[in-house]
Amino acid sequence: MENRSYLEEKAKEIRIQTIRCIGKLGVGHIGGSLSIADVLAVLYYDQMNIDPKNPQKPDRDRFVLSKGHGGPAVYSALALKGYFPLEQLCSLNQPNTNLPSHTDKNRTIGVDMTTGSLGQGFSASVGMATAVQLDNSPFYIYSIIGDGESQEGQIWEAAMFAGSQKLDHLISFTDYNKMQIDGTVEDINGIHPLDKKWEAFNWHVQVIDGHDVIAIQKAILEAKKATGKPSMIILNTIKGKGAAFAEGKVGSHNMPVTEEMAKEAIERLG
Amino acid sequence: MELKNRNLRDIYVDLLMEYAETHPELVIVEADLSAALATTRFFKKYPNQAINVGVQEANMIGVAAGLANMGKLPFTHTFTPFATRRVYDQVTLSVAYSQLNVKMVGSDPGIMAQLNGGTHMSFEDVGIMRTMPTLTIVEPIDGVQLASLFPQIAEHNGPVYIRLTRKDFNAIYDEGTEFTLGKAKVIKEGKDVSIFASGIEVKEALDAEKLLAAKGISASVIDVHTIKPLDAETVIKEAKRTGAVVTVENHNIINGLGSAVAEVLVENCPTVMERVGVRDHFGEVGKKDFLMEKYGLKAKHVVAAVLKVLDRK
Repeated sequence: MENRSYLEEKAKEIRIQTIRCIGKLGVGHIGGSLSIADVLAVLYYDQMNIDPKNPQKPDRDRFVLSKGHGGPAVYSALALKGYFPLEQLCSLNQPNTNLPSHTDKNRTIGVDMTTGSLGQGFSASVGMATAVQLDNSPFYIYSIIGDGESQEGQIWEAAMFAGSQKLDHLISFTDYNKMQIDGTVEDINGIHPLDKKWEAFNWHVQVIDGHDVIAIQKAILEAKKATGKPSMIILNTIKGKGAAFAEGKVGSHNMPVTEEMAKEAIERLG
Repeated sequence: MELKNRNLRDIYVDLLMEYAETHPELVIVEADLSAALATTRFFKKYPNQAINVGVQEANMIGVAAGLANMGKLPFTHTFTPFATRRVYDQVTLSVAYSQLNVKMVGSDPGIMAQLNGGTHMSFEDVGIMRTMPTLTIVEPIDGVQLASLFPQIAEHNGPVYIRLTRKDFNAIYDEGTEFTLGKAKVIKEGKDVSIFASGIEVKEALDAEKLLAAKGISASVIDVHTIKPLDAETVIKEAKRTGAVVTVENHNIINGLGSAVAEVLVENCPTVMERVGVRDHFGEVGKKDFLMEKYGLKAKHVVAAVLKVLDRK
């Protein structure tokens, strides 16, 4: 198990690469990318059984970013981890890129499921966990959904089925940054009390600080112990965390970012 | 396996079970219509290869995509409108765009929804599924054909939408007749007109052929069991040979088999043509005979279309 300073450093590197590439492009889904940097650091650098040299290893853990617009953060984690060269990161959304806005398993080495239409990736992760259960496989399926995404009906269809089928090799996270495109989640179509909803769907639920890498690490270990139930780890996060121009701002969902803004933010992360 | 005088669903389940025996990756995924398709015996025999998500069509497609992503070979099922228009985005993105190998059965197409009525009666499913890249659309019409196509469907690497009538059966083919996915079957070769039909309309086309023969008109009858990819080669060859085309389908004439055939003809060998099918209507409750009469899907309607097209030849 990795320690706090190592994982915090990795989360910082994911943030730096994400800001750098979106700054280079000039626009991007920076808010929801930065809010998941810490959980990605823990998954890719500590908890997931994966091998960048053998990306299709059959018994690897799988990861599905159901809130597919957080793609830039995942690409940063994959590049830093060695799935592809760091220089490739700046091809984000350029013509013929392998790094589209939303994650695509057929384009990017290391991406396990194509997502972008909200609700669908989570449902697929439930199907993947179903396969794990049918085969009695030892590995885990991880997925991250958004809080705005949690307004989608398909999320709750999949939640009901996973709870009912006791898919305990499914460990999911909600990036609860409280914001969506048109405003705050509570103003638009509130999802509070989110933990109670997941408990009612027969999930093992934990609510933690989504920017505390050790809390995330402990929660995943706890989730693995909770047999007979899928796990939902609700990450209390801040949209745009780590870049002052985006942090805690509704407008950071998809915003213009200049190279100067990126440079300043990266310097501050230092 | 008895392929005649049995409901198509029972033959389909036999085929699933036979394949599941030697292919542990096959998983059936139901959305609370297992009883309707009679897959109950599959669930009993292969509990580790069968999933029922309940009344959740969107999640059924998502789960199937996830299963396929783990190397399984899922066969989903629900009624045609729910297998297509209700889950169009899920099939488009989680299955086709993601390049996942999911087979999707929609049962009781078009008027075959009968007493379930207009809400369950899809006349647009072929149209919307046809515009989805990489998707194959198959409409098997009897047990012999289903048994021949089933292994090809299972082994085809890509999503397939199977338009399956559950209970009705019109034994058309002799046992041992072979079919190739993507290749239309010329049942009868005529010289005056080519009738392209799919699904339950193949029988009407064959009946029409007899009625036309009595009038001295020689008609080809071609069973287009694979609607996409369309067998353009056969369409062009027939059109060039007879110089007149009629299409017959249990579907809206907009964007179904007729449109597909017209697209090929207009780009390759413009030919006089008439379409028999539902003329841009919603469905309604009723039995097969009433609905066929009401929407103009009977042999006599095919005959009328042939006479009309021959007038224009």
